[in-house]
Amino acid sequence: MATLELENVSKTYSGGVEAVKSISLSVPDGALCVLVGPSGCGKSTLLRMIAGLETMTAGSIRIGGRAVDRLGPAERDIAMVFQNYALYPHMSVYDNMAYGLRNRGMPKPEIDARVREAARSLELEALLKRRPRELSGGQRQRVAMGRAIVREPKAFLFDEPLSNLDAKLRGQMRVEIKAIQRATGVTGVYVTHDQVEAMTLADVLVVMNAGRAEQVGDPLGIYNDPASAFVATFIGSPAMNLVPARVAGGALALAGGQALDLPDLSLPAPGRPLLFGVRPEHLVLADAGSAHLTLRARAVEALGADTLIYGRLGADEKEDMVARLPGGTPVREGDDLPLRIRPGSAFLFEAESGKRLGN
Amino acid sequence: MIENNQGSRLVAHLILAIGVVIVAYPLFYTFVASTQSLQTILRPPLPLLPGGRFWENYGEALGGGVTRIGGVGVDRLLFNTTVVALAIALGKIVISLLSAFAIVFFRFPFRMVFFWTIFITLMLPVEVRILPTYKVMVDLGLLDTYTGLTLPLMASATATLLFRQFFMTIPAELVEAARVDGAGPLRFFRDILLPLSRTNIAALFVILFIYGWTQYLWPLLVTNDNKMNTIVVALRKMISFADADTQWHLVMVTAVLSVLPPILVVVLMQRWFVRGLVETEK
Repeated sequence: MATLELENVSKTYSGGVEAVKSISLSVPDGALCVLVGPSGCGKSTLLRMIAGLETMTAGSIRIGGRAVDRLGPAERDIAMVFQNYALYPHMSVYDNMAYGLRNRGMPKPEIDARVREAARSLELEALLKRRPRELSGGQRQRVAMGRAIVREPKAFLFDEPLSNLDAKLRGQMRVEIKAIQRATGVTGVYVTHDQVEAMTLADVLVVMNAGRAEQVGDPLGIYNDPASAFVATFIGSPAMNLVPARVAGGALALAGGQALDLPDLSLPAPGRPLLFGVRPEHLVLADAGSAHLTLRARAVEALGADTLIYGRLGADEKEDMVARLPGGTPVREGDDLPLRIRPGSAFLFEAESGKRLGN
Repeated sequence: MIENNQGSRLVAHLILAIGVVIVAYPLFYTFVASTQSLQTILRPPLPLLPGGRFWENYGEALGGGVTRIGGVGVDRLLFNTTVVALAIALGKIVISLLSAFAIVFFRFPFRMVFFWTIFITLMLPVEVRILPTYKVMVDLGLLDTYTGLTLPLMASATATLLFRQFFMTIPAELVEAARVDGAGPLRFFRDILLPLSRTNIAALFVILFIYGWTQYLWPLLVTNDNKMNTIVVALRKMISFADADTQWHLVMVTAVLSVLPPILVVVLMQRWFVRGLVETEK
């Protein structure tokens, strides 16, 4: 058990590409930190630097208060779960889990006890003699977890461990991973591009973009209070609507011609191009008199619990907006929907930098 | 073929049977000749069935009664050739495994230069470098030694390339998992790489054993003493240009005996051999 601290960790490849740009981060003891971002954002590189599989160009990493910058992966006292599980194909399930312990010179009875204990908790007891290729995807995933657990490391590192599973199994394993991490109390870092995994697993969520940590915080905090347009669209599904806008005459002029006057939105000085953001679930159907804007429905998806409406703000505008209304809302394609925005749920971003404006 | 009717199966079997006869008949005929007396062989036509001198001929050959090659028995020749073939096969495998390991899994200066240096030697067959190699062996005093017979044939670009290709298919994640599990380079080599290369090694062993067994030019050059001859060289030395001087029945015995060990290796390792060529365990 240990805290994990990163200080100005950077990685520049020899070609000059900056994969990770000065990330500082502190994960408290026993917490699960999720690195989320689109592919190529540097999240895997960052994880591999924590593991010691990749060198840092600058910065320092401390695991449990001990600087590990000059240590190899084995000496850092971490365990890693890989995307393709990386099980040794020629070893039995038992040997796969025991291998790392044997390399550390642990006495045989203790290895045996640990492997059997892990196998019991992961329901792998009946499979201990099998080879990885005789296992299903979910079972392989469990063996990979078992290999990490038996080490009793200071930190678990997960590199997109669920991306090779089908949707149903992914949901199950997600719950299981969280439970195991909680039960063992081992600090964890989890890399994913899936924002549902990120939201459900994270104690500390780090949204990464182009090598930078765009925002660090608890998942709901980030959802409610995104620091940039990138974070706003990446967290939450369907993604937040972003509509180009300008300040004109004390109100917000949206692309498509509609003017928006929200009392709780403090407007900047006119002139700069802006992005107006509102989440689909924060739009509610209103009567024509009290509506903030009108959406012409182009496509309606009835999902049962929800109805998603894809629409246009102006007659000939391409600006699409999605509204998530309660299931059973009677909407047909071509309808003009008067919509209200829930108080406190509208955001303004600078169009150029994507930075959040105002509160 | 999905075709399953009687006629096409018959044709297929017929073609296979003809193939077997073409391949096996010369071998069978050699065996037949090895059981006849010299007189029978020299007076054609040769009978199609084995004669009655099996024990006499084989006993004479193994007992060292072959005067043409200086009284060295076939047993000694077989021993020499086995040593040479085994040393070449195992030496090549060890060297190429280690060099492929270095080239694939380590980053060191001039890595690609080394790789290409190895690769280019592919284009130089033994015959091309035979004079300089011979000079080196003479200077080192390695004529008529097992080292001299085998060492120059060990360095192998083909096997190195084969292992390199195989190692490159091993997922990077597996290598990293081993690093996290505390396996240093040599432990990784021993615990992960070697077991995964098993079938490749077996297939290569079969090919290289036969390659070593059938070497002719190099053993001919590097041995003067009849005691150090390999069986293929000795076989040639047994044949005189004047037909009457050649003890054909003993030549045939030696030929049969020289074919047996490679056949044994292929038959015993067939399962591994085919697996090594067809699938990779991953």
